[in-house]
Amino acid sequence: MAVISYREALNQAMREEMERDPNVFIMGEEVGYYNGAYKVTQGLLQRFSERRIIDAPIAEMGFAGIGVGAAMVGLRPIIEFMTFNFSLVAIDQIVNNAAKIYQMSGGQFHVPIVFRGPGGPAVQVGSQHSQALESYYAHVPGLKVVMPSTASDAKGLLKSAIRDDNPVVFIEGETLYGSTWEVPDAGAGDFLIPIGKADIKREGSDITLIAWSKMVWTCLDAAKLLAAQGIECEVVDPRTLRPLDVETLTASVKKTGRCVIVEVGWPVAGFGAEVAYQIQRHCMDALDAPVERVTSDDVPMPYAKNLEDEVQPQVHDVVAAVRRALYLPEEG
Amino acid sequence: MAQILGLPKLSPTMEEGVLVRWTKKEGDKVSPGDLIAEVETDKANMDFNIEDDGVLLKFLVKEGDTVKLGAPVAILGKAGEDITALVEQARSGGGGSAPSPAPAKAAAPEPAATPAPAAKPAAAAKPAAAKPANDDGAASAAKPATKAKPAPQAQAAPAGARLLASPLAKTLAIELGIDLRQVTGTGPGGRIVERDVRALAEGGGAQTNGHAAPAPGDDAPGEADEPAAAPASQAIAVRPAALTPVAPVTPVTPVRQDSDADWTDVPASNMRKRIASRLTEAKRDIPHIYLMRDLDAAALLAYRGRLNELLGDKGKISVNDLVIKATAIALRRLPECNASWQGDTIRQFHRVHIGVAVAIPDGLVTPVIRDADQKGIGSIGAEVKDLADRAKRRALKAHEIIGSTFSVSNLGMFGIERFTAILNPPEAGILAIGAVRDVPVVDKGAVIAGKRIAVSMSCDHRVIDGALGARWLQVFAELIEKPELLAL
Repeated sequence: MAVISYREALNQAMREEMERDPNVFIMGEEVGYYNGAYKVTQGLLQRFSERRIIDAPIAEMGFAGIGVGAAMVGLRPIIEFMTFNFSLVAIDQIVNNAAKIYQMSGGQFHVPIVFRGPGGPAVQVGSQHSQALESYYAHVPGLKVVMPSTASDAKGLLKSAIRDDNPVVFIEGETLYGSTWEVPDAGAGDFLIPIGKADIKREGSDITLIAWSKMVWTCLDAAKLLAAQGIECEVVDPRTLRPLDVETLTASVKKTGRCVIVEVGWPVAGFGAEVAYQIQRHCMDALDAPVERVTSDDVPMPYAKNLEDEVQPQVHDVVAAVRRALYLPEEG
Repeated sequence: MAQILGLPKLSPTMEEGVLVRWTKKEGDKVSPGDLIAEVETDKANMDFNIEDDGVLLKFLVKEGDTVKLGAPVAILGKAGEDITALVEQARSGGGGSAPSPAPAKAAAPEPAATPAPAAKPAAAAKPAAAKPANDDGAASAAKPATKAKPAPQAQAAPAGARLLASPLAKTLAIELGIDLRQVTGTGPGGRIVERDVRALAEGGGAQTNGHAAPAPGDDAPGEADEPAAAPASQAIAVRPAALTPVAPVTPVTPVRQDSDADWTDVPASNMRKRIASRLTEAKRDIPHIYLMRDLDAAALLAYRGRLNELLGDKGKISVNDLVIKATAIALRRLPECNASWQGDTIRQFHRVHIGVAVAIPDGLVTPVIRDADQKGIGSIGAEVKDLADRAKRRALKAHEIIGSTFSVSNLGMFGIERFTAILNPPEAGILAIGAVRDVPVVDKGAVIAGKRIAVSMSCDHRVIDGALGARWLQVFAELIEKPELLAL
């Protein structure tokens, strides 16, 4: 095991899959000569040449569509969006072509494509570049939606996504690229994590915190503070939003009797609402308190740093929600 | 106005109960929450707590009587009241008040319990400190705007009013046989939550035990700094061991004896009736086959001796503990035997939960060692001891006796050499273990002294064929004869 960064883990995953399968190629803005806007594709152009690492013009709809067509005829494209905010320009290709062609062709065409890139708010990049769009894609049958929180999950899940015969929307945490985690050594054989399997990031008995991507880290920080108050949180990371591992999530809530769902997206019709539905549906008799949600505020992201922090879920918001769910007084 | 008290539903499945003991006398004054009797249900001895004020004017049943759910057991009223009509009504089969979940009352609604001291009225006067749970369902739950909702006042719900309780609190109340109307809710709006039910189950209840967690809004400065004293560790982490105070096992009273005949009819306890119906059903409906082997127990005894030597006075491992562990590992290796016939399908269980038959004075219970394949021998031993002790005091909780996937029954300690057991549905296998015997065995052509233990496996033939069962016993035999494997 080596401790590596999330960025390096993604790079290893793509490098290994491209070595393994000559049909895998990468296309996107600045993925080649610039080594990726976030340096995720560092060194891949030198290794695999312009034939397989393709710098695309600033035309997401175009190169996403080329990717779908390439996938239909047997290649396995990885389409990088510089950020998922830009995927909105290409969403018709993703929702209407990638997600539907298998069904509309009566199973004649698979679309083994990965759309990947960073998502979620970063730091002071303005409202148009600070969105968590996973709920958009998780809504669509025919897509898989993967949101790794650690370097290990990033590597194992990206490799599985590339091998999957269905379109996978793979949203990386924009502020997680430098985060590190233990990952099995590159030489130690294939390291795959199955899509659709949740992971318990921290065990606890009093309450279940459900979060994905960057919010897993927020929850782990909150869990540490709460442990000092005598409250043991179980942090469950679904890792894949679609298909969702309802079984692991509900097993945890049945154990603890309480649940807080934390997401960096907006509250209305956010993915956490679906999770909350599944929890009440399957854990009714085990619940001691209403399922709590912690989300960003229901506004476009402000630019000012202080307001940006205020809008997003912070550790103290999670702590407060946990105490509400436990019927404990507010801190202090 | 006097009223008839009916027998309340004290366990989720009870249809009748035996009034084991009156804990009050006729003429005693009682108030809500008072224990007036102990009742044996099909599950355990349960407390019959009263919800009303008054004087117990008359008992309508004797200790040892079997009473149907809802049938009259006593009359409650004011001292000196004329109850002739009520006695008449009860005798003529007039029902008591509604049995479930507790006797309803004819009298005008009044608080069923006094407000708990835990609900400090002062909290309401300090709205700034109060920020109760945001349960209004607003989607933007992230930062509740609610700053100054007054803290809810905890108090037991008045009779007839809608009771607010969390689903978990309700589930738990059924499991523990607690009447929610006796529970003081400390959640928002007086909602009864898990900690309230547990507080009552632990005895005394939230009203009196003084350690109920603070109501929302209760100002408790500094406690967050002391993990040991934090309310969560009291309210949540505490899982009380037993649901009822230990009740003495009542001697069975013969009720009918014909002076001319040489027999006595001893009434069957609820437990005996359950044993009778379940075993009859199992033996009648399941095609049993029996596979038997004699295993070399010398290494097992030596291994146990060594373990106990290492443990010293920190515990004691029995042959049965090793058998449970070996059974669980063998089931993990051959999961086809960790299964159940379901009519159209065979359900293979993913986890190995071993039922351990425990003899108790009036019958038999089978508490469950969960995930026995994953537990150490020492912890299996400690768990069996704890469960068996509590089984004998009839203090097991419902969830501790359900869910086993395979059972073990051991009569070796009673000197039984070998026997066969009846399956414990829905399981497909049960192992019957005999005593370790000193026998002459042939070893390399010479007769020497040896140790043998007889095991017979009863299988549900619909799930386990003879050859499969034999393979399972092969695995089991290896674990018993080379017990060091149990550690691997």
